Amino acid sequence: MSDKTTSSNKSFLNDAGNRALIFQIILLAVVVFVGYYLFSNLQANLANQGISTGFAFLNQPAGFPVLIHLIDYTEADTYGRAFVVALINTIVISLMGIVLATIIGVVMGLARLSNNWLVARLATVYVETLRNIPLLLQMFFWYFAVLATLPIPKNSFIFGGFFLNKRGIYSPNPIVQDGFGMVIAGFVLSIVASIALIVWAKKRQTRTGVWFPAYWTSLGVIFVITFLALVVSGFPIEFDLPQKSRFNVTGGMVLPPEFVAVLVALSTYTGAFIAEIVRAGILSVNWGQTEAARSLGLKDSLTQRLIVLPQALRVIIPPLTSQFLNLAKNSSLGAAIAYPELVAVVMGTTLNQTGQAIENIGLCMLVYGTLSLTISVFMNWYNKKMSLTER
Amino acid sequence: MKSNVGKLFTTAAIAATISAGAAASTLEDVQAKGFIQCGVSQGVPGFSNADSNGNWSGIDVDACRAAAAAIFGDAQKVKFTPLSAKERFTALQSGEIDVLSRNTTWTYTRDTSLGLDFTTVNFYDGQGFMARKNLGVTSAMDLDGATVCTEQGTTTELNMADFFRKHKLSYVPVVVQKADEALAAYASGRCDVFTTDKSGLAAHRSKLADPSAHIILDETISKEPLGPVVRHGDNQWKDIVTWAMFVQVNAEEMGISSKNVAQIKKETNDPGIKRLLGAEGDMGAQLGLSADWAYNIIAQVGNYGEVFERNVGPSTPVGLPRGINKLWTEGGVMYAPPVR
Repeated sequence: MSDKTTSSNKSFLNDAGNRALIFQIILLAVVVFVGYYLFSNLQANLANQGISTGFAFLNQPAGFPVLIHLIDYTEADTYGRAFVVALINTIVISLMGIVLATIIGVVMGLARLSNNWLVARLATVYVETLRNIPLLLQMFFWYFAVLATLPIPKNSFIFGGFFLNKRGIYSPNPIVQDGFGMVIAGFVLSIVASIALIVWAKKRQTRTGVWFPAYWTSLGVIFVITFLALVVSGFPIEFDLPQKSRFNVTGGMVLPPEFVAVLVALSTYTGAFIAEIVRAGILSVNWGQTEAARSLGLKDSLTQRLIVLPQALRVIIPPLTSQFLNLAKNSSLGAAIAYPELVAVVMGTTLNQTGQAIENIGLCMLVYGTLSLTISVFMNWYNKKMSLTER
Repeated sequence: MKSNVGKLFTTAAIAATISAGAAASTLEDVQAKGFIQCGVSQGVPGFSNADSNGNWSGIDVDACRAAAAAIFGDAQKVKFTPLSAKERFTALQSGEIDVLSRNTTWTYTRDTSLGLDFTTVNFYDGQGFMARKNLGVTSAMDLDGATVCTEQGTTTELNMADFFRKHKLSYVPVVVQKADEALAAYASGRCDVFTTDKSGLAAHRSKLADPSAHIILDETISKEPLGPVVRHGDNQWKDIVTWAMFVQVNAEEMGISSKNVAQIKKETNDPGIKRLLGAEGDMGAQLGLSADWAYNIIAQVGNYGEVFERNVGPSTPVGLPRGINKLWTEGGVMYAPPVR
């Protein structure tokens, strides 16, 4: 209270709050001015060079093919649709990479701490090798050195309905027939039943302390009910089998080597970093916690799962977020080995055909920005959820 | 306050426009720095390729050397920037290079919407397909179901799509970022077919382990006029690059080569040739160059026929026939406006 009365005696500019406000306004004005200056300069330069601007090109037919498209796409579709195709390819490889890298990282991180000398040394060799070689080289290695040594289509490895050759992994493609709705219904029903089972088991355990293997049981329930539905409806699935044709193997589903190489390189490379993060996280948990758990008679696996890992996660999650972001951004290197992700399609082909550098690069920056922020927001939410709850 | 901000912004906008408009001419820039910065491909034998000592050679390289000979009287005053197909236009637009001489196809869209000008054609080409001989393919129409490798960011991608669509043939595209890596993918068997301009196919075939095991199919599926590109709006610079090429074609037509140019300059009575070689008139001054600019091009780089034979002709590893790139007087389409 007394503060206010004294400050009212001073001049307007002597008030710290007012001054702060004025400086904020000046800063904002400078930023807006610089931004406006750069933008108008860009506009003038583009007009001066006769370069057309705008996003109208997104409605033009693209005219170029894309190797991997998870939605329908042909050369007759627009640049806009090609952009969506590329966006999906980027998201798919990023998410699959994140899942795989996490699994690899956790396993390797635990392996480095293993009491088994050989396991620990092998994990160390893995981590140190992959961490120290540039990712682009690793992609070239998988694409040009490993996958290229597979046989040509004529001499494919064949097992069951699967073909393996230089052009990819070909598997039977399931095609759903009439009556498949029953199978879906059975699957949904079994999931509902499993949730009920898990809820019941948890309640009973809180009440009586008796433990019930709810997760394994529900897995069994889902499998049995879905299988029964399949039998009752008479297996309403047919398989489109891959077969040899003049040049390639045709039919079936194909996993192209570009996809495999990018996925393997991204997940093993990032996995090596995650392994170190996991190791650091686990080492950060006081040994006393493990000793206490053991003295309560908990098995080692339960000690890890229920005592050590939840505490380690608090250390692990923040650096893990960075690794996920890195992985998503590094997926752009796939452009070098013909994986048609965002950089390849938008900054490669589209930019070159339309010449709209600013628009296309802006579009890519927007996508990577959004992707990174989404991952960050999710990980921050998870971090909060895992943080120490003080009572 | 409000009107003041408005004034400030208007002033800024005007300042921005003026600063954008007041760029110095490319010729002055080039003369000031003492060399031409020339964008070329990253290694296509016969067009632009560096040897183990870093010396560049090829038809595209010679286009820049000719311009350097015209400006400086020294064909060596060129520095080269190897560019991938997807980098090339941005490099030119942004001023990183002065000339783009990188087997670039002259198309309507590129000429009109990229802020660039195509100068002239130094090689008439067309897209084709290369396949392994042991596949037994003899025509592009046999390629139904084939996997096709190509370099990213070229007209090739579009022509290939058009061709297969037009003939209702299926195919699997593998579009690799750089030409060398696309070729490596083809060589490793990832693809059945490699596609690019036919001159490029011949050049790339010469890099394969066993060139004779690969066949270039007869079909030419597109027109690919290749030539140097400059930024839009600097007419003097465009004229220099254009006429450096036209001089070489005219020289071949007049029978002037690097070997006899000195002698001809001394002995000729032909006023046309005298004007061209700078013995008479002010041809050089019209371009802002010295009188002997054309003489220097012919003496140091040679006429068009010499450039062709030296880089891609039948006696080179690339081994291309002269084909439609013959002079118009010999049944080809190589035709330059007269120097007068």
